[in-house]
Amino acid sequence: MLVPLSWLKEYVDINDIEPSVLEEKLFSCGFEVEEVIEIGKDISGVVVGLVKECEPIPDTHLHVCKVDVGQPELLQICCGADNVAAGKKFPVALDGASVYATAKDHKTVEGVMKIKKGKLRGIDSEGMLCSGVEIGVQDGMYPGASYCGLLELSDDAEVGADIKPVVGLDDYIFDVSITANRPDCQCITGIAKEVAAVLDREYKAPSLEYHEDSVTKDGFTVEVKAQDICPRYIGHYVHDVVIKESPLWMQRRLALVGQMPISNMVDITNYVSLEMGQPMHAFDCDYIEGNKIVVRRAEDKEKIVTLDEQEYELNSNNLVICDGVKPVAIAGVMGGLNSEIRDTTKEVLFESAKFARDNIRKTSRALGKRTDASAKYEKGVDEYSTFNAMKRALHLVEELECGKVSCTHVDVNTGNSIEPREMKVSIAKVNRVLGIEVPTDEIVKILKNLSFDPKVNGDELTLMIPAYREDMESYPDVAEEVIRMYGYDHIVDTFLPDAQVTMGGLSLKQKKELKLKKDLCARGAYECIHYSFYSPSDFDLLNLPEDAPERQAIKILNPINEDLSIMRTTLVPSMLHAVSRNQKKGNLEGKLFEIASRFIPKSLPLTEYPEEKQTLCISIFGDKYDFYTLKGIVNAVAKSFFTDFTYEKAEKTFLHPYQTAVIKHGDKEIGYLGKVAYEVAEKLDLRTGAFICEIDLDYLYALDTKASFKPLSKFPSVNRDLALLMNKELSCGEVEKTIKDACKFITDVKLFDVYEGENIPEDKKSMAFTVTFTPGEEDFAQDSVDKYVKKILGNLKYKLDVDIRS
Amino acid sequence: MNEKLSQIRQSILVGIEKKATSRATAFELRKQFLDSKNGEIGQLMKEMKNLAAEDRAEFGKQVNELKKWATEVFEDLDKKMKEKELEFKYQREKIDVTIDADAQEKGNLHPITQMRNQLIDVFAGMGFTIYEGTEIENDYYNFTALNTPADHPARDMQDTFYLSPEFLLRTQTSSGQIHVMENSKPPIKILSPGKVFRSDDDATHSPMFTQMEGLVVDKKITLCDLKGMLDNFVKKIYGEDTTTRLRPSYFPFTEPSVEVDVSCFECGGKGCKLCKGTGWIEILGAGIVNKKVLENCGIDSEEYSGLAFGIGIERTAMLKYGINNIKLLFESDLNVLKQIDDN
Repeated sequence: MLVPLSWLKEYVDINDIEPSVLEEKLFSCGFEVEEVIEIGKDISGVVVGLVKECEPIPDTHLHVCKVDVGQPELLQICCGADNVAAGKKFPVALDGASVYATAKDHKTVEGVMKIKKGKLRGIDSEGMLCSGVEIGVQDGMYPGASYCGLLELSDDAEVGADIKPVVGLDDYIFDVSITANRPDCQCITGIAKEVAAVLDREYKAPSLEYHEDSVTKDGFTVEVKAQDICPRYIGHYVHDVVIKESPLWMQRRLALVGQMPISNMVDITNYVSLEMGQPMHAFDCDYIEGNKIVVRRAEDKEKIVTLDEQEYELNSNNLVICDGVKPVAIAGVMGGLNSEIRDTTKEVLFESAKFARDNIRKTSRALGKRTDASAKYEKGVDEYSTFNAMKRALHLVEELECGKVSCTHVDVNTGNSIEPREMKVSIAKVNRVLGIEVPTDEIVKILKNLSFDPKVNGDELTLMIPAYREDMESYPDVAEEVIRMYGYDHIVDTFLPDAQVTMGGLSLKQKKELKLKKDLCARGAYECIHYSFYSPSDFDLLNLPEDAPERQAIKILNPINEDLSIMRTTLVPSMLHAVSRNQKKGNLEGKLFEIASRFIPKSLPLTEYPEEKQTLCISIFGDKYDFYTLKGIVNAVAKSFFTDFTYEKAEKTFLHPYQTAVIKHGDKEIGYLGKVAYEVAEKLDLRTGAFICEIDLDYLYALDTKASFKPLSKFPSVNRDLALLMNKELSCGEVEKTIKDACKFITDVKLFDVYEGENIPEDKKSMAFTVTFTPGEEDFAQDSVDKYVKKILGNLKYKLDVDIRS
Repeated sequence: MNEKLSQIRQSILVGIEKKATSRATAFELRKQFLDSKNGEIGQLMKEMKNLAAEDRAEFGKQVNELKKWATEVFEDLDKKMKEKELEFKYQREKIDVTIDADAQEKGNLHPITQMRNQLIDVFAGMGFTIYEGTEIENDYYNFTALNTPADHPARDMQDTFYLSPEFLLRTQTSSGQIHVMENSKPPIKILSPGKVFRSDDDATHSPMFTQMEGLVVDKKITLCDLKGMLDNFVKKIYGEDTTTRLRPSYFPFTEPSVEVDVSCFECGGKGCKLCKGTGWIEILGAGIVNKKVLENCGIDSEEYSGLAFGIGIERTAMLKYGINNIKLLFESDLNVLKQIDDN
């Protein structure tokens, strides 16, 4: 929120406070100042000058002037502006001054320039007479500010004086951020109250006085049909309105916070909104049909054209202000064009109302229309302000002499009090929240400055909480008020002196996860983290059929865009994109892994928590890697959990038809691995082969396997090499398993050769294995290994039709 | 005979000079003279019998001297040869040590995981256990139980991704607080790290990021304890000289609420680019757990009080490692991942 220092000064005496000190004070009591804008910071060396003589330079549009700038000598200045004349006062940029440079239109600022003595058309010029734009004076800040000639200063401007105070350039604007619990501070007076409290100074409230005459608007009624979302509606009728410009001081304040001055009636509503935090509206009574106001939910497809000439189609979620016939405003968002204030307006109805914040928020979002009013309503407007803002507006009508205040005042109230409410708190409890003893007289002083009217009776503190402090509920709130004014630097460091000792650390599952990650890193893999959502087109990337279970994904109702709209049911697409991105950056080789959740809905749309399945995805890419490199890493995953996996040939729509396997633990299928299919690789512009796997971690976390030691055998192991002849289609895994299952003393089976071709029938292949037998408690007897081998060969022949190669 | 002895002596010296080029030739030479069976010196002893008995003692003595001398000479020679050969071996293995090293295949944890582990280490040491909630939450746990009812303006502070009218992507790990407090009795000390989501996607915001929520519920927890605990934490992460500053803020689930700043670890508080000249860096939000939140979880707010804090892990990691763009953390660029190894 923008707070001009000059405006703030109206409510609290801070003439002696440096802007930097004020910034620090606001910061310390909970109002972060995001920026302090010094209005005249680019302007220097400009003074009030009086043109004493002004002679045209022949054959040019220029004049040569003698200007009094309060120095012993008059300055000679050449000037091309059309309104230069003797006897007038203008801003004069002296030699060395700094002012804004403007474009040819004399209005667009194009940076800052230094003024130096020089010659114009051969005539000495010792400075420059300035326009409003050149010294940074904007519309509304000073009369004639935007005139493209010189800025004419008023007669009482003192010759030679610094220009800044004269035109209001000696000002600062604080951009203050307001936390959501303090909607009462969304206005200048709200901030002023805080400044007064933190500086221990008096807050001077703006005048709310006005005088009603005896005029009435006969038969005028306000009917609030939607009381649940409009708890208060106040209307007041003003007659004999004279529309004109508002006074300079008001225009200036509006201009400083970026609000265009329009006309006195409209400016009053905007001014009060800024000053008191209560959005207001003014209707031209001539365009209010039926002599009534109705506050109701809009009808479906009801239309309204707002002040900015945009048409909106409404529905019953939107609250509208209507006359006897039609909507005249979207409540809390913007007024309607049909009843706007015009130059011809003679009678005005002022509106000051409270609307439900979430209703305004939803309407504002749904219509894509965010206004100053809607922003305030969304955060919350209190009825105390609703009530006082109307008074303030009527006061300003009188002060600006732009209309007469009738006695037609309608106040529809659902029964909320705006009186201060009593709160009793224990001082000991307040201090117990803080952990320090704040002296009671300090507490009393602080709460008094915040208008809580504290009364102390022993430990009991009785407060009267003003109605605008809707955030004050209990003693912790009081503790916060005390400490933010007393100063957080009084808080000392303690370390739970009274707390019980607790045991900390990771859970078993968390330890397993970390171990797995470290084991993968040890194999050269880098951990990735990807978004939990991606694009529906990612399922197409994987060539998944329409009915694939992966496509049963949870959708985000309000995604940022389509590409971030689906909760992941597989981690593969994110990983493949990561591989692709790396290759595009020239990383043609790498190992990546991610551990994250896959989201599997139990129902769609969601009516209960979905499953969040912890999943491991690994991808390796590069010319030196093959299927077995990844398989080796997957085996390392098994080792990380102190177990082993088996593999069976499988198929996936996005993987190589002959280089894909499911990963099994016992009979349980827990994942798969394979080479990324060429069709998929092509879509991603991959320049090398890539291999990918996905493994269910929840299953592995649940295993109760752990690190253990097997006693070493006292007797040496025996190795036997077996060269086997078998059907080409038979897999190594099947043969290995058959060998292993044949004898309990086998501790290892290792393939060392595969051969097809000469000396072997066409449909056959040869595989050679080294089988290791390790004795247990007793050494092998003379011929027992031979017997085991015989059994192995028997099983291979019987189960798989495998022969020993002769 | 003496002549014979000096001849042998002479041929040893000549042999060494001319023939002994390696340990092997030196050994051959040694064998020629000192071999116990056929060595030339040993052969001299056989000639003893040809000498007069009275000369034998003197000759024997001289042969022994020669043998002793030869043994020393050959031992010395062997040592020299060994040194020479070693020197030669070293020479042969001379390499250019400035040639680039072989690449070592070692991966890294993600910078976020590294930061997360460091934070967990600090708080685990203070007695915190780790609770990981779900990424998909319902409205009650994410908002209502945290004192943020439907019409609360604080819902605007966080743009929420909705999955259904009831379910959403959690906007804060604070939702974990409620699950823990509903299911356990004080004393509670948990740290809840995890992914959170907000509908924000620009240069400085990522729609997914990582938070770490801390919660302590016990008797007599105060704002001073909060400051003491966080002061302890920042010293461990950013260095012992780091100091903390609290300033008022607002979160619906804490009251009082504070923002915690640390003295700039780049400039020590003097003011620099990192801290934008203020000397302070905002690192986390915290506060005393709102009474209503405790009560929502069935904890007696008269008997117990709590403190809570929430740390943005990306921000912490970016500050610590000087990573200048949050998006880099989610792009899996190996050029980024390879740089941060701070486990």
